[in-house]
Amino acid sequence: MTPELGHYALVLALALGVIQSCVPFYGAQRNDPMLMGTAVPTAVAQFVFIGISFAALTACYVNSDFSVVNVFENSHSLKPLIYKISGVWGNHEGSMLLWVLILALFGALVALFGGNLPLTLKAHVLAVQAWIAAAFILFILTTSNPFLRLAPAPAEGRDLNPLLQDPGLAIHPPLLYVGYVGLSISFSFATAALIEGRIDAAWARWVRPWTLLAWIFLTLGISMGSYWAYYTLGWGGWWFWDPVENASFMPWLIATALLHSAVVMEKRNALKIWTILLAILAFSLSLIGTFLVRSGVLTSVHAFATDPTRGVFILALLVLFIGGALALFAWRAPLLKQGGLFAPMSREGALVLNNLFLVTACMTVFVGTLYPLALEALTGERISVGPPFFNATFGPLFLMLLLAVPFGPLLAWKRGDLPGVAQRLMAAAGVALVVMAITFAILRGPVLAPLAIGIAVFVIAGALTDFAERTGLSKGRLTTSFRRAVGLPRSAWGTMLAHLALGVTLIGIVGETQFGTERIAEMKPGQTVSISGYDMHFDGMSTQQGPNYRDQVARFTVRRGNDVIGVMEPSKRTFPARSTTRTEAALMGRGFSQLYVSLGDVSASGTLAVRVYHKPLVLLIWLGTLVMVIGGTLSLSDRRLRVGAPKPARGKPAMQPAE
Amino acid sequence: MRWLRLLVILLLFIPASHAVAVQPDEILADPAKEARARELSKQLRCMVCQNQSIDDSDAPLARDLRILVRERLQAGDSNSQVLDFLVQRYGEFVLLRPRLHWRTALLWLAPPVLLIGGGLVLFLLARRRGRSGAIDTTTPQGGALTADEERRLAGLMKPDDR
Repeated sequence: MTPELGHYALVLALALGVIQSCVPFYGAQRNDPMLMGTAVPTAVAQFVFIGISFAALTACYVNSDFSVVNVFENSHSLKPLIYKISGVWGNHEGSMLLWVLILALFGALVALFGGNLPLTLKAHVLAVQAWIAAAFILFILTTSNPFLRLAPAPAEGRDLNPLLQDPGLAIHPPLLYVGYVGLSISFSFATAALIEGRIDAAWARWVRPWTLLAWIFLTLGISMGSYWAYYTLGWGGWWFWDPVENASFMPWLIATALLHSAVVMEKRNALKIWTILLAILAFSLSLIGTFLVRSGVLTSVHAFATDPTRGVFILALLVLFIGGALALFAWRAPLLKQGGLFAPMSREGALVLNNLFLVTACMTVFVGTLYPLALEALTGERISVGPPFFNATFGPLFLMLLLAVPFGPLLAWKRGDLPGVAQRLMAAAGVALVVMAITFAILRGPVLAPLAIGIAVFVIAGALTDFAERTGLSKGRLTTSFRRAVGLPRSAWGTMLAHLALGVTLIGIVGETQFGTERIAEMKPGQTVSISGYDMHFDGMSTQQGPNYRDQVARFTVRRGNDVIGVMEPSKRTFPARSTTRTEAALMGRGFSQLYVSLGDVSASGTLAVRVYHKPLVLLIWLGTLVMVIGGTLSLSDRRLRVGAPKPARGKPAMQPAE
Repeated sequence: MRWLRLLVILLLFIPASHAVAVQPDEILADPAKEARARELSKQLRCMVCQNQSIDDSDAPLARDLRILVRERLQAGDSNSQVLDFLVQRYGEFVLLRPRLHWRTALLWLAPPVLLIGGGLVLFLLARRRGRSGAIDTTTPQGGALTADEERRLAGLMKPDDR
């Protein structure tokens, strides 16, 4: 009964989506408020019905109803509850359902909180949103229905891929999807603006919070995914330039560019056409990402779906939406006149430079990801484009961008004074140079490492310079500064924190990649391996039984000098249902650095292969992304960002006549 | 769809665990040579894996390649000789960093061309705009606003303007 209920609710949601696609749109053409008004209830109802559908599938998983094919293939009755729930989106069908659920959630949010939007704009935005939703619900119902039954019902399920049975998976995809799909709102707003042929600074104000929200979740999602890979895949890598990672990174880069260009549009009414294009591109890249992951075109660590019929369907949707939006853009964008003049050397100019670098970086990733596919399709020749390529191209681009970051916020709008700003950044540059020299003197690493550290310190010191200037800290007077710091707009705090965080992340990256050490050893109980001043003593092996797995645990006592500082217990985890094994690495934090141990095989002679890493400052990578998220959240909470946000201490709004 | 089928077949050979890649018994006695071997391993693709270098993979083929790399180094090959040898045997596909060739020219040239080209376009735009003088930026463009919209807009834009 439950799966049929879910199936039926999804069909109803499709019907609502079709209504929402047409009626408000038609109403906007006729300027009929009643028809346009239908967008709000249909958007909310659509969300409710997809919610019911999703809840039904979740119930099937929780109750281990193996008569449902999807549950049978991806669940097991002995699995802990949290993985039964996360298993819902740990497979193709369920994850697509989550995708449309989030899409509908955003549509409903715009419907409910977009009270101050002009009626036609709102109708257009929700109609575009419904086009996407209806198309993807249709995709699910026709090619990826999670509610199909199996008769007779098997007694036990096949279990979820062990790699995915991890708290990281429980939260990583939903976060990422909120980010991906959240960008659909900017897309819908851009398309609506193009349809109406009109756009103004207020448009940027409406779009920016949604983009920022999506960006925050995308940042969190990517960062979580990276940490998940770091501790589950067992060799301590945290970024692989894997196509699936790139698929999430490209929308992030464009969303970051969009956030910055929307600032220019909002404050200075310039860069309108460009901002619209970025809004279209950001979601287009999300769609491309969905295609790459879901169609199985690029099979990689994450891609657990391989079925060409789906691929063709998504490809058709891709062409329809991206092609349609770009065609609309080509047709209507010339109608939007540029406004807001500025000198090249100004805050606007700096933000344009930021966009140039971010878009180039994104295109580099895009070309690198798709080039092998295109080349093979055209010539049949197979090449690989891997991390060494991306490090060599993306790396320098991003370092150049970071070098420019401290200048941006210090430049004035319209016409800036570059020599003046350079002078104000002297102290920051001085600190960076000193740190660079010290790094070089102590660590004697390759030249690139101290240089990158220097740039990172420059970015951090630059953000602090901005802070000191804004609060008057540079002129002394601590109490005034404190008062001013409290009074600073939250979006200013957001900018400073996010920029500072870039430096923090870069230090982590340099520390881990340039100064990390590694030991590989064959060990017998009683032996010790030393790494970066730590001694790891192998005490022995033991076996532990988990709910649906068996652990072979190795115990290491870690000493520094003569002091025992802890015990590390990496293990090999065997899942009988799929007869697979995965390594559970053990991690021990030392400040921002970490010790990392993972196990290999036991040899015939009874020795255990062990891989030990010392990863200096590695935690700064994710700490930086968290600070970025905090910065984004602060900025989002700035009331000035939200047009017509309710002011405190204002009377009840006057009654509106019924529309 | 030939390649798709190939990928599906390859997918079946993926090892289920991503445990220790380099095995202790593979390690060379000479630390300098071992470091070079590791460096080379990171640039070579494990041909039966999804986007993994032979340094990261514990597939049997990756192990064979790692041992092969070390044998070549022991035999006195230079880094580029080792790479040449592997390309000869397995094709360009084995390199994670494709060599510059007319077929990969677009790939390698895309980033600098985009950056320089984009910069040039921006420069020209700025110059053209600078010459065309001041444009009136205060009047809204793309169709005049109705009186009602003007009022709404004024109300919406009021809180703050820094």
